[in-house]
Amino acid sequence: MKIEGGSSFLELLQRDSPHLLPNLAVEGEVAASVPHGTTVLAMRYREGVIMAGDRQATAGFQVASRRMEKIFKSDDLSGIGIAGAAGPAMEMAKLFQTELEHYEKVEGDNLSLDGKANKLSQMVRMNLGAALQGLAVVPIFAGFDDKTNVGRLFKYDITGGRYEESDYDAQGSGSKDARDSLKKLWRRDMTRDEAVRVALEALIDAADEDVGTGGPDFVRGIFPTVKTITRSGFGDVPEEDVRRVCEQILNERMQSEQRS
Amino acid sequence: MPLPYYVSPEQMMKDKAEYARKGIARGRSIVALEYGDGILLVAENPSTLLHKVSEIYDRIAFAGVGKYNEFENLRIAGIRHADVKGYSYSRGDVTAKALANAYSQALGNIFTQDIKPFEVEILVAEVGDTNGAKNEIYHILYDGTIEDERNYAAMGGQADEIRRFLKDHYQEAMALDQAVQLGVRALNVTQNKSLSERDLEVAVLDRAKTRRKFRRILAEPLALLMGTAT
Repeated sequence: MKIEGGSSFLELLQRDSPHLLPNLAVEGEVAASVPHGTTVLAMRYREGVIMAGDRQATAGFQVASRRMEKIFKSDDLSGIGIAGAAGPAMEMAKLFQTELEHYEKVEGDNLSLDGKANKLSQMVRMNLGAALQGLAVVPIFAGFDDKTNVGRLFKYDITGGRYEESDYDAQGSGSKDARDSLKKLWRRDMTRDEAVRVALEALIDAADEDVGTGGPDFVRGIFPTVKTITRSGFGDVPEEDVRRVCEQILNERMQSEQRS
Repeated sequence: MPLPYYVSPEQMMKDKAEYARKGIARGRSIVALEYGDGILLVAENPSTLLHKVSEIYDRIAFAGVGKYNEFENLRIAGIRHADVKGYSYSRGDVTAKALANAYSQALGNIFTQDIKPFEVEILVAEVGDTNGAKNEIYHILYDGTIEDERNYAAMGGQADEIRRFLKDHYQEAMALDQAVQLGVRALNVTQNKSLSERDLEVAVLDRAKTRRKFRRILAEPLALLMGTAT
């Protein structure tokens, strides 16, 4: 006997409305003209995980958008950071968020953090065809595991491979520079303020070294997004705080530049 | 070839309606009340696992009485309808009105075409946002009849009695604790004992919440609101 239904939104679309699924069967090379999101990172700190991302989308050598959001709340206890082709990536974030909410409403219960991470890996794998033509989407998934009471983070490759990272990770064109920075600055058991500072240092370093990544923009008032995920849920780090810490970092760098 | 007995359509509909009503009358009741900050749903339901009241979408809640498997089917179909619509258009385009109409069509078709009608009544409630938009409460019967209710609604076993009580006692813009107490008193009208927080399933569509307005009120906070906490 087969029990009808199921609680997956993705399977519901595949069964009843396949036309709504992202299906990017492209011919030839379109990647260069499509906006790409650049740098996102996630790391553990004392109360959970912190996620941060710059705001720039880059198409070839052009800035496609200066205000793109790359960190999305996927449910109360988890978030997804997206890098890669912006369109499919945002669609994936939306589909993932709907998937988690759908499951929660139908079942009356939340998926485990591993369950959520695994579901995301299936979605990344669905995009493999497009990824091979240059439209790769590589998310970072982070959340608070309410069974073990710790923050956890996962990174993905284009085939849907899922790797749990114990400390920190970054994704996107500036990820190598951000990771280098995190390697030196990240420490176990940081407070929220320390973690916010380390995240912003890493993003500023990425913007410094990588042409695709946008730094803090004091002229237009655009700053990286920083989110925290703890026992009490998914929260914003207010923009004023981000601005203040960015100013501090840049001032210190200016001073050390002048001294030398 | 033996001919089937002829039954007039009137008789057939009457029999089906009576059958459905009997099934529903056995079920326990649910009331919905508009209060100052949203919509309150109070169900008599001693189970904490099998829900009669649940979330459909950001501003929309569902309540069902009658046969559990039948209204559970309707609930899941409603979540699917809402999530697909919200995914393909925008979250703001998912409305209780469209959902209530879809339910009404489905129940109407089942009533006329299937041998056995659904033994359910359902409520679809949508809380208005702060910009003065009105709350909406739709009451859909086993045969697809749809009514929109104002201020309060009741369904289940002795709904008429409850409705009479609410008509006399309902006030606009109640605080949450007043609304909870009124809802519980209304359900008590049909009881020979008084219901405690363990016999009730209570949820609100709380206008003050961001995005997803639905919130369950569990036994302990419920006892505080009922004023029966010890």
